Formats: sequence, structure tokens, C-alpha cells
Amino acid sequence: MRRPGIAVALASVATLVLAGCATDTPTPNPSQSGATADAGTGVQSKFFVQADYDREIALLGATATGPADRPWEQVLDPRPVDTAKYKKPGPYKVCFSNAALNNPWRQVGFKTMQAEVEAQRALIKEFVHVDAEGKDPKQITDINDLLGKGCDALIVSPNTTATLTPAVETACAKGIPVVVFDRGVDTDCPVTFINPIGGYGFGHVGAEFLSQKVPSGGKVLALRILPGVDVLETRWSAAKVQFDKANVNVVGVEFTDGDPAKTKTIVTNYLQRHGTIDGIWMDAGATAVAAVEAFQDAGKPLPAINGEDQLDFLKLWKDKQLTAIAPTYPTYQWRTPVLAALKILRGEPVSSPWKLPQPTITQDNLDRYVDEAMPPLHYAMCGCTDLPGYPQRWK
Amino acid sequence: MTAEVTREPEGAAARPVAGGVVRGRLVRPGGVLPIVVILALLLVLIAIQQPDFFQPASLLSFLGRSAPIIILAAGQYFVIVSGEFDLSVGSLVTAQVVVAARLIDSDPGRTWPVVLLLFGFGLLVGVANGLVTTTLRVPSFITTLGMYLILVGAVYLWSDGAPRGGLSDEFRRFGRLAFEDVPLLGRLPYALLVLLAVAVLLLLFSRSDAGRTLVAVGDNPRTAELTGVRVGRTKTVAFVISGLAATVAAILLGGYSGVSFQAGLGLEFTAITAVVLGGVALGGGRGALLGAMLGALTLETLFTLMNFYGVSGALKSTVQGLIILAAVSVGALRRR
Repeated sequence: MRRPGIAVALASVATLVLAGCATDTPTPNPSQSGATADAGTGVQSKFFVQADYDREIALLGATATGPADRPWEQVLDPRPVDTAKYKKPGPYKVCFSNAALNNPWRQVGFKTMQAEVEAQRALIKEFVHVDAEGKDPKQITDINDLLGKGCDALIVSPNTTATLTPAVETACAKGIPVVVFDRGVDTDCPVTFINPIGGYGFGHVGAEFLSQKVPSGGKVLALRILPGVDVLETRWSAAKVQFDKANVNVVGVEFTDGDPAKTKTIVTNYLQRHGTIDGIWMDAGATAVAAVEAFQDAGKPLPAINGEDQLDFLKLWKDKQLTAIAPTYPTYQWRTPVLAALKILRGEPVSSPWKLPQPTITQDNLDRYVDEAMPPLHYAMCGCTDLPGYPQRWK
Repeated sequence: MTAEVTREPEGAAARPVAGGVVRGRLVRPGGVLPIVVILALLLVLIAIQQPDFFQPASLLSFLGRSAPIIILAAGQYFVIVSGEFDLSVGSLVTAQVVVAARLIDSDPGRTWPVVLLLFGFGLLVGVANGLVTTTLRVPSFITTLGMYLILVGAVYLWSDGAPRGGLSDEFRRFGRLAFEDVPLLGRLPYALLVLLAVAVLLLLFSRSDAGRTLVAVGDNPRTAELTGVRVGRTKTVAFVISGLAATVAAILLGGYSGVSFQAGLGLEFTAITAVVLGGVALGGGRGALLGAMLGALTLETLFTLMNFYGVSGALKSTVQGLIILAAVSVGALRRR
């Protein structure tokens, strides 16, 4: 008696499921109003926070205070905090615990920071740098070691957010001013946290450009480095929102590991599978050139694409007259922590958080950033041309 | 499989024995028939999903893209058939690409000197792997793992953790460009010609006395030694071939995609998987060079197929792991 019962139950469930599949009745979805149920962009990232997204998109249009030709000194939405209690006579010993130097972005950034320190030689008597080589445990040890070295200020670029938080809290508890930049920590104890607008802004700029440039019904391929990293997840999730809103046909979302060979193979495969691809969205520009090369090598028309401010991409853009845009995560932000630390030690107020503008390179200002003399992996948005040792230091 | 499977003292996959040559060579352990069947099957599956794949231009560009891994597998074959492993090839490829970029620094005039230097470097790494393994009697698994770590560390130190410089177009053309407008074929990638040249060279070598000695050494080093073979030197030659193959692969890969720290990431395992898939016995002594190269081609075809069917690329290493386990277990069962 039981078996037939189960069979009947299963059969009816199956019928229901099939019926469900067959009907095209759209189910109302209040959280995604205006978006189609599936535009090929998949489900929204669990890292997506609507309020943060809204704030970053608003900041993209905001006007920064400070000198327009020195964006690393500018602040968006300034919220000054008093730093009088840290005031002391110079010159100072400034210490820096660095997450890693393991990619060209960090290389260019660190050289820019070193040059800024050199420019401030009158105020900085010693600059101590420790490289955590991308390892959380090493950075925790590094920070603890630095606490015993008589630093007047500590700059931290955390390797990961949650794991480094206790180490930063320990440093704050010692009473020395702490400045955090690039990736953040889960505590308010640093005097300030410096970073550009952020990942939502970055992802949105590229996606908005593609929504305009890719003809209706055109195919867009999204290339991401890897899943699960907050700064990259925010970039993609903002792009997803934009693509869904603009009804863009996203034919694929693929992970490249930041590897140009893999990127090129993926794009080649998509070109084979779909014939043409009209737009490429990228969450980071390092492999943008490889993506374009796949089109060139396949003899296909070049797509609309977003890259970043790496010179190899900008040069290609100029030479091949790409339809392109380059949102940036500017390396000039490596100058700001040094300036902030000095301000704090002199008792001048600083903004906390210190939101830096995040400029976009477009067709209109491209020529200003292309520099044939600089190496291909240099980042144009370094804000470093006025610093000691330019351009040799960055070559 | 069938009863005529015997272990010949020389284990020579390429040994011409009168009578039953074809059947014997194809189906015995180490024969190429199974891999040909698998490859054919995968090609049929691709044909169903994506008939365009078989247009000459598209097929040739696929073969060109697969050239580096086929060449790496060919190099790895000699090491494995002689009874050893070479885990250093992936990091050697990365090192070669990063070194080439920094030394060439986008200056076309430096291309050829640097290419020569890369071959010298590949040779040196092969000799070092071979000598440490044979004279110091360190298991090659450890020797080449050590070499892998040394190369990774050295490159990291030398480049401050991020590649610098750039490859000249002159350097890149081998991996990237093609003869355009070739009658019938369309576009003939340089990489494919490099692959054919390397394949012919290595096939000739594997059929020479030296090549057969290598297999004999892998089958039974003691017997080989008693018959007057210099086992140490023979194995070192195998490592050198692998090092040189890695150099060719590095030039093609660097050419294909430009300078990158990930150029050779994981390639040692891809090469070993390919060799094992091609019916070459881990531990040495059995298997054909052609099988190893077909194994690499099959692996690349499989990855392409996975892509056409929309399977996540993240499964790639899982698939490689399963293939190694399956191929080795099948090999072990058949030997019983």
C-alpha cells in the first residue's frame, strides 16, 4: 500500500514541477523591481549591501574638497576629527605594515609612497616598511614587532579585514595614531581609514558604459578574477545591478584567476561559441589586454570594454581606437596615508573616513594619461609625476 | 586485456617486432589505442555541440593553443618513462617568461640573445635536476619539488613579486601569430609548426637507441646497468629534454598571453595528467611518446568540451585529479 502511495505522490509532484516549468507567468519579485528574472547575471552576491551601494553611487557624482590637481589630498564628504591629542614635535618616525607587494598595483603604489616619504624628508626622520608577503600571520607579527620600535605613527594596509582587526586594535590601544588604507578593518579605533570610493563605484562605471555602448541585444561577457573577495564582489554586484536594470544580455560570467592566458582562452572560447561578443566587462584591468588580443587573434571586431589605468591597456586603447573606459582604483591613494600621518602628528584635523575621489579615464582625457615612456604595467593614476625620482623610480 | 600482453625486457613501446606489430603496439599497456578512442569520443561530443569547431581555422588555432602543453607532456614523458618525475616544469615556465620579459624589456633587438639564454637556463635546470637525482640519489619527486620551490622563490625575489618589463612582438609572434591565408587551411599558427618540429625531433629521438635505453632504464634500472647502460647519465638526459621542452613551452605561452606570474601555474600537473592519460606507466618502463602527446591533446579537448557544455572551469583540477587516479588504477589492475 505504501509504495504506490509514494509513487503517486512523486508523480503528482513531478507534474506540478513540470507544470511550473512550462508556464511563463512572471512571478512578482519586489526586491528586483524593474529587472528581468534572469539576465544571465545570476543571483546577487551575498556581499552586496544596498546602503553601501547607494552611498558609493552617490559619491561618484559628488564634488571633492581640496586642490583639484592633487586628488590624493582631496576628500569626498569630509568628516573632520580632532587629532590634537597626537600632536608632538617632529621629525617623526613613521612605520608601515604592508599586506604585500605581490602585484603591479601594489608595486607602483609602494614606490609612490616611498617617493612621498622622500618628499617629506624634513618631517620624517625614519620610515620603516615591513612586507607581510600576503600572509595574515606574518602581518600580525609585523604589527606587534613595530609596536616595540618607537614608531610615532603606524600606517597599515591590511591583508584581510577580519583577521587583522585584533592586531590593529592592539596597536590603537598602545596610544599611537594608526592610519589604515586600501582594505579596511572592522574597528573604528584607527584615527582614519583612507580609500577611494570603492568597488561598487568601480563596477558601476564599467557596466554603465557598456549598457550605453553595446547595441540592444548585444552580447556581453563579464570576466572576474575570483569569487569570494569582498573588494571584487562589490565590483561585480554593482555591475550586475546595472546590467539587470539596463536589460543587457550577459552571455557569461567567468573567472580568470587574473591569468592572461586563461583570460585569452576563455574569450576565444566564447567567440567560438557565440560568433561575436559586443562587450567585455572586467572587475580588474590587468588582463584587459589579453581579452582584446583574443579578438584580434580571432580576427573579430573589437568589443566595447572596460579596463583599468594600466598603461598597456591605455596604449592599446589609443593605438587601436577601442571603445573603452577605465574606471580606476587609483594608486595615488598610497600618498595619502603619509600625508594623513603627518597631519595627525602635527595635531591638524583629518577626515575620518577619508574618501578619495576615484577618477575615470575616458576617451576625452585618455591622452593625458598615455605615456609611451613608462613601462606597460605602470598605473597611470599614480599621481606621482611631481614626486622625487619620477620617472626613473617607476621604471 | 588480451593474453599476448607481455613485459618485454626492453619494454620498448616502439620496438619493431615481426608479426602482430600493430595489434601488440596498440593494445598492450602503454599502447596508444585507448587514448585514440577517448580522443575520438570527445571529438564526436564536440561535433554534436559545436560543429564549427572543425572548421580548419578554428581547429588549427585550437591545436596551436594546445601546443605548449603537448610539448610539456612530451618532455615529461621522457622523465616519467625513465622512472622519474619532473615537478619543476610549471615554475620553470613561469621563471622563463618573467625572466624573458625583464631582460627583453620590450626591445626587439634583445629577442634572440634572450631566447638563447632561456634555452641555456632550461638546460641548466634539467642538468641540475638530473644530477641531484642520480648522483645524490634524492628521489626525483623531492629534487624537482625543491627545484620548483627554488624557482618560485628566486623569481619572486628577483622581480619583487610582480613582473616587470615586457616581451617584444618579435618574441611573442611564435605563440601568437600565424601564417595567414594559407590555401585550404586558412590560418596556420606558428605554434603548430613549432609543435610539429618538436614532435618529429622527439619521436626520432625516442626511436633511436638512446630513446630505447631510456625506456629500458625506467623498466628495470638494475638490468639496464648490468647490460652496461649508464643509468645516471640516461636519466639526466631525460631531465634535460624536459627542461628544454619547458623552455619551448614558455616561449609559446609567453607569446600567447604576454608576461604573467601565472604563466606556468599548475602546468606540471597538467603535463603529468596528460602523460598518464596517454597510457604511460608511472614508475617508468612503459608507454609511447605519441600516447603522451595525444594524452595532452585529449586533455585540452576535454577542457574545451567542458567549456562548450558550460561546465565551470573550476572543475578543471578536479577532473585532472580524477584522471590521474583512474589512469593509474587501471594501469595497476592491468599489470596484475
